This record gives sequence, C-alpha cells and structure tokens, in this order.
Amino acid sequence: MGAITLKESYPVEAGDFSTAGEASGKIKRVLKKLGIDSAIVRRVAVAAYEVELNLVIHSMGGHMDLIVEPDYLQLNVHDRGPGIPDVDLAMREGYSTASDDVRTMGFGAGMGLPNMRRNANDFSIRSTVGVGTDIEMGFKL
Amino acid sequence: MNNPKKYYHSVRLDKEKCVGCTNCLKRCPTEAIRVHSGRAHIIDERCIDCGECIRVCAYHAKEATTDSLDIIHNYPYKIALPAPALYGQFRNLPHVSCVHQALKLMGFNAVHDVALGADIVTRAVQERLKQPGCPRPLISSSCPVVLRLIQIRFPELLENVVDLRSPMEVAATHARKEFCRAHDVDPSEVGCFFITPCAAKMTAIRNPIGHETSAVNGAISILDIYGVMSGLLRKIQPLPEGERGFRATALGVGWARTGGEATAAGIENALAVDGIEHVARALEEIENDKLSGLSFFEGLSCVGGCVGGPLVFENVFIARNRIRELLFRLPRLKPEENISDEVMHELWHDLHMNRSIQPVQVMRLDEDLQKALEKMDRVEEIRRRLPGLDCGSCGAPSCQALAEDIVQGYAHELDCLFLLKARVRDMAKQMVELSDSTRV
Repeated sequence: MGAITLKESYPVEAGDFSTAGEASGKIKRVLKKLGIDSAIVRRVAVAAYEVELNLVIHSMGGHMDLIVEPDYLQLNVHDRGPGIPDVDLAMREGYSTASDDVRTMGFGAGMGLPNMRRNANDFSIRSTVGVGTDIEMGFKL
Repeated sequence: MNNPKKYYHSVRLDKEKCVGCTNCLKRCPTEAIRVHSGRAHIIDERCIDCGECIRVCAYHAKEATTDSLDIIHNYPYKIALPAPALYGQFRNLPHVSCVHQALKLMGFNAVHDVALGADIVTRAVQERLKQPGCPRPLISSSCPVVLRLIQIRFPELLENVVDLRSPMEVAATHARKEFCRAHDVDPSEVGCFFITPCAAKMTAIRNPIGHETSAVNGAISILDIYGVMSGLLRKIQPLPEGERGFRATALGVGWARTGGEATAAGIENALAVDGIEHVARALEEIENDKLSGLSFFEGLSCVGGCVGGPLVFENVFIARNRIRELLFRLPRLKPEENISDEVMHELWHDLHMNRSIQPVQVMRLDEDLQKALEKMDRVEEIRRRLPGLDCGSCGAPSCQALAEDIVQGYAHELDCLFLLKARVRDMAKQMVELSDSTRV
C-alpha cells in the first residue's frame, strides 16, 4: 500500500478582503491537526498568508494547492493573471507594485515574494504576462 | 493518567445541574466539551480554565473550585494577597486601603498587594526588553489562560513568552519573606492566600506553568467573600493618610484592566487584547509574522481584563471604571520609582521561571504523520457526509469536530441526528418493502 497523501485545493478570490487569510488559516489548522512540527507550520503559514494576499491584491484570482506527503509538503499556487513582467525585480525586497489604496491597508511593503522564498526549502516561480503566475513552494518535513 | 496532578482543573461540572444543552459546547475556545448521555463532559487535556462555560451556562452547572476562607486557619500566620480587580467591586470605596482593613477583620494578619507584585514584574519586563536577543514581540506571562492557550494552539510562540512568574507568585514570595523577617517566624508557618477573580489562578497554584511549586497556599474567590466584605466596608472609616500602608502604585493597580501591564511598563509598540477568542486571533497574526515591529503583547482571557474574571460580582465595565476612578487617589509613581534595586535583587531568582514551558499536543490527530494523514483522509470523507450545520445536537461543537471524534473512536456517525433520521427513513422504507414482498 502506498503512502497516504493529503491533497487539498483552496480557491482565492481577487480583491476580496473579507475572505483574505481564510485559505492560509485553513492550511495552518490542517497542518496543526496533522501534528507537523510547529516551526515548520509557522513557516508554511507565513508563506501561505503572503501568497494568499498576493493573489487577493495583485491577481485575477486563483487557487492554492496543499499536498502533504510523509516527508515533504508542497504549496502550489496558480493564478489567472495578469502575470509579472519582471520576476527578478519582483523578487527584490522592498519592490512593490501595490496601489496606494492597498498600502494604506498595511500591505505592499514589497516583502511578499522574498518572504516566501526565505520560508520555503524549495521555491520556484514562473510567470507569463497575460496568462498568470505559478509558484511552487516545498517544505521538508 | 500517570500523574493525577497533570490535568488538575478549577473549572468543573456539576452533573446534577447539567441538562445537556449546547451553550457551553459552542463557546469553548479549545473544543474541550462534549455532550454525551444528556450531560456535558470536559476533556481535561484540552481545558484551559478560561471560564467561558461558567459564564454562558444558564443552569449554573459549570463552576470554579476555589478554597473556602476557612483554610486560612491551617496556618498560624495568614497573609491576604488581594488581586487588583478586587478594588473595583465595591461602590463608594473611599480608598483602596479600606479593603485591607476589611481583610484583616476577616482574619488575616497581614495584607500584601498583588499590585505591588505587579510593580515588581513591571520592572522585570522593562529589564527583559532591554536585554539583547529578547524575542519580539515579548508576550506577557501574567494570564494563565493565555499561557495554556499558547501551549495548546500556538506552541511556536512559547519562546516569545517572558520568563517571569505572575504578580500573584511574586507577591506571595515577597510577602512571606517580609513577614518572616519582621516577625521572626518560620516560612512554613505563613500561609499566603490569593483573593481571586479568576478560576485559572487556582489551577496555576495547583499546577504552575514555568516553575515547580507555587508560593501561594490557596485561592479564595472574590464571589465567596463579597457579601461579608461589602458589609464590613460599610462600617469601615478610612485611616488617616500616613497610616494607610498602601504600597503599590496606581499603575500596579491598573493591571486589573486590559492594557494595564503595557501601560505600567511604558512600552510603545505594545498591543493589549482581551477576550479569549480575540486573543487567539491576535496570536494567529503574530504567528503569521504580521505584527512585526511589535515589542510587547498582552493577552487577557477575560473581556475587560482581570476585572472581568468569572469570579467577580460586579459588571466588568462598571468595575473597570471604578478602578480608573480609584487610581486618581493613588500616588502617581512609576514602578521603577516605587521598587528599589535591593528588592529587585532580593527577588530576582524567585521572580523568574525555572523551567521551560512545554507545548501541550492535544489537537493533533496522531503522533505519527502517516497515521495522521490517514485519519485526516477519513475525517474529510466523513465530514462531507455530515450536514455542515454545526448544530451541536450530536454532542460535538461542530461537524468537523464530530468527524474527528468518529475517526478517533469517541463517537459514531449516527450521533448526527440528520444522518440518523436518514437511516431511520431508509429502514422504514425497507420494512415496508419487506412486508409488501411477504404479503400473502
């Protein structure tokens, strides 16, 4: 019998601040129920919250997929655009394209992507303007 | 349990009074209550003694166990340690020291303010924040319910908790030392008793977090002495100004209210949150690194702070306002001006925790990740069959919780009234079919 894998998908709505944080909150609860080491849970939670807020603020909506295997956890995120023109620039700390509106809510410090990379063991990002962005984050358990 | 003391709780259930309703079930922040066979059961491992169930129970079936006033006579010398919240309980109190006089009339030899312990802890928090490598935000250790909540739900934040004992503990140690010195008696002859607004403090005395034993010998509920004390207070005249012997600062007494600790320590970038659910939400934010730049977090389980504890008589907002008014009649000293370096030095060792606070793993599905994943899989499968109404009729607080209970072997799918109804309907249909097919 193969190892059991948990696969969950969480949709994220663009621009909907009333539900922002719900998906990453659910992910955190699931990981705590699974009894995953609290330091790892925290890293996943921080990365998941960052990416969820990115989707709410910048994207046209998307989903976050959580896959938990006995020794590895993946958080794969897909959105429906608009895509990032210069990924290298976006990965720089302090760089942000967030609007003033969003900044007044306390977001848009340009720490999102760097923060995700810092918290994950593995991190990759692919983006096509007009199509969307895929982010894959891996965490060793 | 190997260690019967491990899960001592002040919050208990009176089986006779419980009717098995779902009020407490839905209110418990750690999902520690289940209703089976028509009455509630508290899961000891999960209970954090917040007292929410005591507040919400219309049948008064939930109660807090505290000590009776009689136990003070087990000691030749008795010291009362009034919580700052006590001062907000009485109407037209001319001065906080009148409460000291009343306590002495009730049989105590001396009164030592927990507010003075708060002044000492305030100084220690200030020192801690100055030390290099101090975690940010530093989290207050004064509310025992919040400590338990962090142990159970936010173990990653335990390292942020300041390694200081509570003002109650510090006051007891300080009081005993002073009393023994002044009267030349043995410490074992001195009993220190906390006058408590809080059920969790009783638990903290029996089963301390961060140190082995408590310096406090018992906790007496404010509710239990309220009647006698208000009667005495009606007859008491305040002593002349020089003889009141009230040694705590206004800021120390201010610990009775939410934000009192952060205000006393003069910390900018502090956040004070009250109400156990709100505290949990703020801790979520801290865990997600969303409150960077925050120096200090003060979380209090009860709305309003200790003055809103489950064992007080007066409405929290009225009591809170009385505390505010009383503060005007106390010296406007800062804790660092009130507490000398000598006192800090003498108490330094007893002021600090001497064991680390361990996580309490009671929410996880299994110790083994592979098994936990399997269980999660089954939980999901069962949860999808449940109606998602979170009605509580099955005895679990939510459909999710029932699904988890079923997988853990504590409950059955037909505990759900909706699934049971569907099953009965199916069976009735089968019966009809069976009787039709066998008709002669």
